[in-house]
Amino acid sequence: MAHSDKPRLIIVGNGMAGMRTLEELLKRAPDMYDITVFGQEPRLNYNRIMLSPILAGEKSYADIILNDWDWYEANNIRLHAGDPIVGIDLKARIVTSAAGRRLVYDKLLFATGSEPIIIPVPGHRLKGVITFRDMKDVETMIDASKRHQRAVVIGGGLLGLEAAYGLSTLGMQVTVLHLAPHLMERQLDSAAGTLLKHELERRGLEIITGADTAEIVGTGQVEAVRLKDGRSVDADLVVMAVGIKPNVWLARSHGLATGRGIQVDDHMVTSNPNVLAIGECVEHRGLCYGLVAPIWDMAKVAADHLAGQDNSGYVGSTTSTKLKVTGVDLFSAGDFSGGDGTEDIVFRDAARGIYKRLVLRENRLIGAVLYGDTGDGPWYFQMIKDGTDVADVRATMIFGQGFEEGALTDPFKAVADLPADAEICGCNGVCKGDIVAAINDKGLTSLADVRAHTKASSSCGSCTGLVEKLIGHTLGAEFVADTGPKPLCGCTHLNHGEVRRLIIARELKDIPSTFQALEWTTPDGCHTCRPAVNYYLLCAWPGDYVDDARSRFINERVHANIQKDGTYSVVPRMWGGVTSAQELRAIADVVDKFGIPTVKVTGGQRIDLLGVKKDDLTAVWADLGAAGMVSGHAYGKSLRTVKTCVGTDWCRFGTQDSTGLGVTLERATWGSWMPHKFKMAVSGCPRNCAEATIKDFGIVCVDSGYELHIGGNGGIHVRATDFLCKVETEAEAIEYCMAFIQLYREEAWYLERTAPWIERVGLDYVQHRLMDSEERRLALRDRFLLSQKDSQSDPWAERAHGKDAHEYQPLETIG
Amino acid sequence: MNTNPLRRLDKAMTEPLALMRVCALADIPVQGARRVLTPVGEIAVFRTLADQVFALKNQCPHKKGPLSEGIVHGNKVTCPLHNWVISLETGEAQGADHGCTGTIPVQVSPDGQVSLALPAKAKVSA
Ligand code: SRM
Ligand SMILES: Cc1cc2nc3c(=O)[nH]c(=O)nc-3n(C[C@H](O)[C@H](O)[C@H](O)COP(=O)(O)OP(=O)(O)OC[C@H]3O[C@@H](n4cnc5c(N)ncnc54)[C@H](O)[C@@H]3O)c2cc1C
Ligand code: SF4
Ligand code: FES
Repeated sequence: MAHSDKPRLIIVGNGMAGMRTLEELLKRAPDMYDITVFGQEPRLNYNRIMLSPILAGEKSYADIILNDWDWYEANNIRLHAGDPIVGIDLKARIVTSAAGRRLVYDKLLFATGSEPIIIPVPGHRLKGVITFRDMKDVETMIDASKRHQRAVVIGGGLLGLEAAYGLSTLGMQVTVLHLAPHLMERQLDSAAGTLLKHELERRGLEIITGADTAEIVGTGQVEAVRLKDGRSVDADLVVMAVGIKPNVWLARSHGLATGRGIQVDDHMVTSNPNVLAIGECVEHRGLCYGLVAPIWDMAKVAADHLAGQDNSGYVGSTTSTKLKVTGVDLFSAGDFSGGDGTEDIVFRDAARGIYKRLVLRENRLIGAVLYGDTGDGPWYFQMIKDGTDVADVRATMIFGQGFEEGALTDPFKAVADLPADAEICGCNGVCKGDIVAAINDKGLTSLADVRAHTKASSSCGSCTGLVEKLIGHTLGAEFVADTGPKPLCGCTHLNHGEVRRLIIARELKDIPSTFQALEWTTPDGCHTCRPAVNYYLLCAWPGDYVDDARSRFINERVHANIQKDGTYSVVPRMWGGVTSAQELRAIADVVDKFGIPTVKVTGGQRIDLLGVKKDDLTAVWADLGAAGMVSGHAYGKSLRTVKTCVGTDWCRFGTQDSTGLGVTLERATWGSWMPHKFKMAVSGCPRNCAEATIKDFGIVCVDSGYELHIGGNGGIHVRATDFLCKVETEAEAIEYCMAFIQLYREEAWYLERTAPWIERVGLDYVQHRLMDSEERRLALRDRFLLSQKDSQSDPWAERAHGKDAHEYQPLETIG
Repeated sequence: MNTNPLRRLDKAMTEPLALMRVCALADIPVQGARRVLTPVGEIAVFRTLADQVFALKNQCPHKKGPLSEGIVHGNKVTCPLHNWVISLETGEAQGADHGCTGTIPVQVSPDGQVSLALPAKAKVSA
């Protein structure tokens, strides 16, 4: 690249603060600098606060990338990821990287973040002792959870608890060791800390407070943690989450003024006028921050400075905290230590698990702790920041803003009354005014739009409700909420999971009563919800529920695939892909007799007769049925094919009877209705000629038994299966197969194949449901067998004998 | 009794129309449809949950999908081929899609006989 004569800006640290400053700078002065970024992590810039949801399996790495390669490229930014800066010459204005790059800068921006604190107890260098700071740590934890059982987290603060929660969702047994008498003592008072402890214990975490670590024990690899009081806790993994310290060694050793952090003035300028610093690495007016909200304010100030624009400067931030543990609502802001001259207002509702405490001094709110119901957090937070005089509302403010305004009936009242500079999204520093302006100027109408344009609610998501209210308030009736899993369709606000759950919880047994009880907004639903609800009812009440043909897509209603010209295709079952002269002869006769235009071998090891007229369908089936053939369900959200290879019968490599097992599986599972189509395969050896590893359930035979694979898909997005487990006998393979199908039937959403379902709920979850307890696996299998009792009568035979005759004949011929 | 706004099925129908009985209400499944073959093409006769009866030319305005095979919901049907939603009252595609199929006037007598208004010279086969 030819070097321009633009001033050169170099950024040390490809993290949240550095890149946010760049974004702000590019908004102000897109072409002003020649920009180079050095990052220690060999990655793109990602949203660090989302590491917790990744660990908990709620997000993937791709979800949290903040700026992708295209962004760097489009803005002409050179990124050296994985190449940290190791030296600075402040006089010559040169930085040196670990890889030996030497670059001259005109402006240098430090954004090196923090480092986790490691308490230097004996054993802290053992293998298996890690921290929780970056993507690499998360990968280590996920990996450890696959091989190990027991984890100890040292530190019961925000990070420690998020790590502990994540590890336990990964299936580990987790103990939290916390030095203080209650959890998160920097953010919570003891009442809220105790509620939190009980809640986390209820979810299976073990929590020891007042725990002072003496030593980490082990030879080479960690084995246990010993406390000063003599107790010892077994551990295969130890996560130290006891705090962070600003990452200042580089600045300090090269002559910049540092205290706890790199010292900056109100314009984020360090002791050297050409060097700025921002983010967790700085110390401003004696304070260091460990949250992102202050960074957004700092980034604007730094960007103004770099762009040569005036700015009154950064004055420091008041911060608020939320814990990102799904299902635990917790908010804290300001100072709640109490003490002289302060008053408390406390509200408790034990039954609903709610605790709120407001701390006042001289009629001003100075601190708030909310547990269980955090909806009013932003309102309190705003009052704390503004120093509002609360004398007028003091008596009722604990009940929240809605009560205050007598506005419980108007859901938008709360956001309507927030001032334009009220912060809505703490993670990304977005105020009410930003969001309203974006909605109005850009014509945004959905949460997804607002996320894309403002970044509000795109990080931890805890402000999603507020953002939605704001969209609703700004747009009025046009707005349809699209949070989390989407509603099943426009007829209801409930999502698939909720509908499934409520059908069982309220014992809803037919479509009309489901629509009534769940307050459907249309009289008889639509083409999206009716097939879904019909399936959910069928699955929930096997034997009892009467299938509603009118809620089935045409193919499933008439048991053939409609073609583009209104004719149909007919695919008879060919068990395990095996056929015979007699079957082939019958097929040939049918083709001749009904003048069927096309006969094709399918990708699923059977034969497709295409172009059958609707009026001929029943007669075609009658003839096929006479030769012993039944419906292949090529049209159904149901078991499709079981592909097999020739296996031990013929193949010189075959290790087991793959053909026979495939036929057995198909005979046992055909006819079952499922959320989506379901395909299986059995290969006789790892050469895998039946392509078992792209099937919903696949078996690869080996000498010592059967390897079971799940969640493959060869369709739109190819996905290889996940290995479930290995079993020794055919009987076990069949048992797992049935249990897996039933779990999928009971829990996946309608039109969700096994691949996206497993991606959504996690392989671990599925493994845990199938493998942790034999009793529960057998219960699943038994429910499958029960549901099969009613589904294995051939629909073609029934129709050849007159069932649903009106479907196949015209009403009348006129003319 | 239910009468649709009269929209001519197609150009063949400039001739005088006559009401012709095609079936009893009970012959059409609730939330379903039946086909009637006529000299002016196939007609789909629908019956809604509220027992209203409508008739449309049995061709989706998109790519001629057989509307009689679609899912009936409210006063609408969803085409089985690509999910266009068509109004049974006007024959028009709903939402973002554009297109219209012909509607045929229908009468349901008090004793539940369904008649279509068709070109007078057409005859109901025996
Ligand atoms: C006939 C056949 C093609 C062929 O001539 O070989 C076929 C034909 C159709 N496939 Fe297929 N698929 C056929 C094998 C496959 C395979 C291969 C396989 O099963 O081993 C795949 C990839 C494997 C997989 O599903 O994981 C396949 C992936 C799809 C997909 C994408 C599914 C996905 O999850 O991404 C669709 C679309 C859908 O289901 O929504 C689809 C849909 C269709 C439909 C139903 C489209 C439609 O709605 O009209 C086609 C209608 C068939 C008909 O009218 O008879 N077909 N389809 C094959 C029938 C196999 C059988 O014996 O039943
Ligand atoms: C698991 C977790 C959860 C969190 N949750 C929240 C939350 O819910 N809310 C909240 O507000 N905050 C949260 N935080 C804190 C938040 O992530 C930080 O405040 C924020 O990332 C700080 O940004 P930064 O740019 O200053 O530092 P970082 O994001 O850490 O970026 C600094 C980057 O500089 C790199 N670097 C360091 N030295 C060099 C060098 N010499 N050369 C080149 N590169 C270098 C580092 O590798 C790093 O990539 C969380 C943090 C973690 C770890
Ligand atoms: S998978 Fe194995 S047994 Fe089956 S055909 Fe291939 S080599 Fe033979
Ligand atoms: S033909 Fe009806 S939607 Fe395409």
